[in-house]
Amino acid sequence: MLHIANLHASVAGRTILDGLDLDIPTGEVHAIMGPNGSGKTTLSNVLTGRDGYDVTGTVSFDGIDLLPLSPEDRAAAGVFLAFQHPVEIPGVGNMYFLRTAVNAVRRTRGLPELAPVEFLGVAKEHMARLEMDPAFLSRSVNAGFSGGEKKRNEILQMSMLEPRLAILDETDSGLDIDALRIVAQGIERLRSPERSMLIITHHPRLLDDVHPDRVHVLSGGRIVRSGGHELAHELEADGYGSTQVTVPA
Amino acid sequence: MSDVIGALVDREYAFGFHSDLDTDFAPKGLNEDVVRLISAKKDEPDWLLEWRLGAFRHFLTLEEPTWPNLHHPPIDYQDMHYWAAPKPRPQLASLDEVDPEIRATFDKLGISIAEQERLSGVAVDAILDSVSVATTFKAALAEVGVIFCSFSEAVREHSELVRTYLGSVVGYRDNFFAALNSAVFSDGSFCFIPAGVQCPMELSTYFRINAAQTGQFERTLIIAEEGASVSYLEGCTAPMRDENQLHAAVVELIALDDASIKYSTVQNWYPGDADGKGGIYNFVTKRGRCAGARSKISWTQVETGSAITWKYPSVILQGDDSVGEFYSVAVTTNHQQADTGTKMIHIGRNTRSTILSKGISAGHAQNTYRGLVKILRSATGARNHTRCDSLLIGTDCGAHTFPYVEVKNDTAQVEHEASTSRISDDQLFYCRQRGLTEEDASTMIVNGFCREVFDELPMEYAVEAQALMRVSLEGAVG
Repeated sequence: MLHIANLHASVAGRTILDGLDLDIPTGEVHAIMGPNGSGKTTLSNVLTGRDGYDVTGTVSFDGIDLLPLSPEDRAAAGVFLAFQHPVEIPGVGNMYFLRTAVNAVRRTRGLPELAPVEFLGVAKEHMARLEMDPAFLSRSVNAGFSGGEKKRNEILQMSMLEPRLAILDETDSGLDIDALRIVAQGIERLRSPERSMLIITHHPRLLDDVHPDRVHVLSGGRIVRSGGHELAHELEADGYGSTQVTVPA
Repeated sequence: MSDVIGALVDREYAFGFHSDLDTDFAPKGLNEDVVRLISAKKDEPDWLLEWRLGAFRHFLTLEEPTWPNLHHPPIDYQDMHYWAAPKPRPQLASLDEVDPEIRATFDKLGISIAEQERLSGVAVDAILDSVSVATTFKAALAEVGVIFCSFSEAVREHSELVRTYLGSVVGYRDNFFAALNSAVFSDGSFCFIPAGVQCPMELSTYFRINAAQTGQFERTLIIAEEGASVSYLEGCTAPMRDENQLHAAVVELIALDDASIKYSTVQNWYPGDADGKGGIYNFVTKRGRCAGARSKISWTQVETGSAITWKYPSVILQGDDSVGEFYSVAVTTNHQQADTGTKMIHIGRNTRSTILSKGISAGHAQNTYRGLVKILRSATGARNHTRCDSLLIGTDCGAHTFPYVEVKNDTAQVEHEASTSRISDDQLFYCRQRGLTEEDASTMIVNGFCREVFDELPMEYAVEAQALMRVSLEGAVG
């Protein structure tokens, strides 16, 4: 399980996360909602080890202290982030990238590497479920992809990498109805008793398709409310106003 | 990531050994006697000595060019040897007679001459300190009429061909370094593909500078007759030495009607140490002439070595419908400087040229693209497409682009695109989040940047180039 206690993060002296506590038991899907600037993206960056933050507190995952680990070691431990803005890497084939990533993770799990042909077979199955054209594999990573294509590519990577903790940072933003449905189904398929998921979102719509076990409200850098699925709709009706707190100076 | 960039100095040069060969030197210095001595050592015909002397006298009237974006202490042309040859140097009847030290040298470079002959199917001409020591596969090539031999042998055995084509693309009046080379060149490779023959294997020359305080001046001359085609590879390394060594080569290519020549280089001369001490000064004139209609000349270069690179592989598009291509990756790290690019001279009708240049700078390096696209009045319907991309790694390096375009025919279409980018933190983090190490991530991103050029290399070289990219940028990115 993921255990976060008293997590603080700041950039250049500005506090963003301010004593955040959160537990996600294995097999559960939790959602975090919150207004802009509440620290949602910072939380996903801090959990995955991005440089540039001063961090204190506790983040443990299956008893492993994540904070001292590099991003790649966290990935090897099974932490995956679906990026809000997936990055373009010109000239690097999507298939090559994905296979390199899958094999890097497989090596650390003591599994044999997938040869190109095996890999291609597995990739095509996953792509068919996500209604992706196999031609995606021969294009450069995210280069020239539409917003929806990029997000589906993130879900493809997540399915192939089989993480133990999946963090989805506003994967639903900017998607049309069809793309949203495909992404939601992709997430739903990955739900498993061995996997924890943290879905960061602005919109309750995604949560209607992916019923989270718990919904948390992030405001002022900490969790200010937690509840069941119904909390998402309460927020939709009332806004974040009633839950906002100010950041102490 | 800045501390990792700082670790650029960790870069090691893998080919820095030198071999203890008994070497025959001419006395230091450059004068008419040295030119005569070289010619006499090689037992050359009078016409060639006269040509050399003509070049030398012209050289005396020239000044070293100052227009490149390169900075180095003055080169003392009197303070080096112009002739160095491993001795003894008998006529070699077979590879077994090659000096074991020389063979060991090439073995260390991964160019085991004997192995190459047996296994790889690539014909190799190995050149040590400007002297050709072994050419493989000669017999197999001779069967189809292809001549592939050292330049000296070509002068002896195929004198008329050499006389016809030598200096026909790069005359000795062309520039300072070409004049110098023409006066003192010691050896090189010669290749002739007769009409209608597709050369059955890749031809390859491997250049190695060994002797200290010695300039290397070799010439390569490749002729593809009507309808002939050849793919030619060139590799280069040198020992690590504290002093700078001069390499001033000339390469001439001639393609007649419907002929095609593909010339690929992986240049990895010693670049000097992390403080910029030592390294090869590489002043090379490479030019091809598409003399015939529908002929094609394609240059692909991966330049990772040398302290200084001054090099503009060019194509004169003389025949109607002829095609010139230039694909380049130039990597500079530490204190390396490169001023490289191409010239496409359109003379014939409907001639087409493509220029794709990828410059990568790290450390304190300066990387300059300099290109000329010239469309003459006669070149109706000529087209050029140029793209120059620069990738910067770290904050202390520089990328510069000097594209010159001269158009004298208004039916021409000339396009130029340029970009400058950095490896972004976002890209690195994205890759690392997917489980790649920082080093693997940066190598992947750089190779992605170079991919369109690597795609132009023959398969074995493309693999080598990617590996070289990793070694060159070790510790430079992250």
